[in-house]
Amino acid sequence: MTVTDLPASKPKLQWMTAIVREVIDETPRVRSLVLDIPDWPGHRAGQHVDVRLTSDAGYQAQRSYSIASAPEGSHVMLTVERLADGEVSSYLAGDVVAGDQFELRGPIGGYFVWTSALGGPVFLVGGGSGLVPLMSMLRHRAAAKSNVPATLLYSSRTAEDIIYRAELDQFAGQGDGLTLVHTLTRQQPVEWRGLKRRIDRDMLQSVGFAPELKPRIFICGPTPLVEQVARDMRDLGHAAQLIKTERFGPTGR
Amino acid sequence: MSTPPISRGFHGRGSSGKSTRIPPGQHLVTDFPVLSAGPTPEPDLANWKLTLEDGETPLGEWTWAQFNALPQTDLMVDIHCVTTWTKLDTNWRGVSVDTLLEAVGLSEPPGPFVLLYCDGDYTTNVPSEDLLDGKAMVATQFDGEPLDPEHGGPARLLVPHLYFWKSAKWVRRLQFLDSEVPGFWEENGYHIYGDPWREQRYDGD
Repeated sequence: MTVTDLPASKPKLQWMTAIVREVIDETPRVRSLVLDIPDWPGHRAGQHVDVRLTSDAGYQAQRSYSIASAPEGSHVMLTVERLADGEVSSYLAGDVVAGDQFELRGPIGGYFVWTSALGGPVFLVGGGSGLVPLMSMLRHRAAAKSNVPATLLYSSRTAEDIIYRAELDQFAGQGDGLTLVHTLTRQQPVEWRGLKRRIDRDMLQSVGFAPELKPRIFICGPTPLVEQVARDMRDLGHAAQLIKTERFGPTGR
Repeated sequence: MSTPPISRGFHGRGSSGKSTRIPPGQHLVTDFPVLSAGPTPEPDLANWKLTLEDGETPLGEWTWAQFNALPQTDLMVDIHCVTTWTKLDTNWRGVSVDTLLEAVGLSEPPGPFVLLYCDGDYTTNVPSEDLLDGKAMVATQFDGEPLDPEHGGPARLLVPHLYFWKSAKWVRRLQFLDSEVPGFWEENGYHIYGDPWREQRYDGD
């Protein structure tokens, strides 16, 4: 662990009121919420927040969500996948409209974090809505005008499940050292020329950086994807200390 | 505390029928989510050892076979993850920390704090008294089966009355200390003690 991973001891993280400024439908199941948070202290790319909803009967429910926006952004964005039986996600990615409010506190987590000062290369591997904290890193990289070599390998079920597609294409088209590789695991459009299978070791080897380059590796997605990719990266010769993981799944959300 | 804002149109599952065994801010799950900061280490039982230390002084060391020959304890407990899930009535088998101390001839811990070291460079800190009197074990079985590597197998600490990150996966070394040394998550913004009933999730809670 390096010194930059260690935040100073902080006072209690206070609950803050977030007001929904804008709702963006990203995919049929995924929605972004752009928030006004007057007291927001700022964050680092990869961190998350705890969200707390309160019903008019006083019932409360709390979950963690990754931050999608760059630290440089003027607003905090959360991106939420609506899960079957998701008590909080079905509200945030379903019922919420601009002007609604809820509480959150954060930022939380000092480990699954990338700042441009940490350098690279950076290899990001995401599955589904596990892209969200990685997107914060890519948005930070773009906002900081970093040209650290970076590759995103992003697995989605179908083309319409790709989150932030246009923005990713724009980032990758800037010629500043970002490589974008999609794989579609369930169904591909007829004109699809990209990868068509689940992420495997051969894919990681051909898409990722060589171990000698000591890339910082960030993996986020459903547990089976994260477990397999982390194991494969280690087997390919990457040091375990450079492999950081975060998991998204139907629980804990 | 000021009144929280109402989230318009949110009803959720409601409080009626919610178990009193679920701490504040937690919700019930029936599966067993996995959360780790890095890759799951490959189990290597031939070279596995668990060591107990008083500072830098070794107190005891067990191979996998020796460890499994120690008296075993069964625990059925509720577990609470800081990411807000709670799972009720989980069944564990392993060796209590009381038994480990007895096995090295100690009737009480040699220091008030413990730092736990694990494969994968993970560490966590727990006060010694939280590990005693049957409150904690080094667990090797879940639901009657060997503990799955992604859940911490071959052996993890189980200290269920604290948030579950304290129940360190792939534990290899218990070091008793005179002063408290923060572990991995404790250095990364999480609470030094982690009592779910007082909702001690983060530094300063």
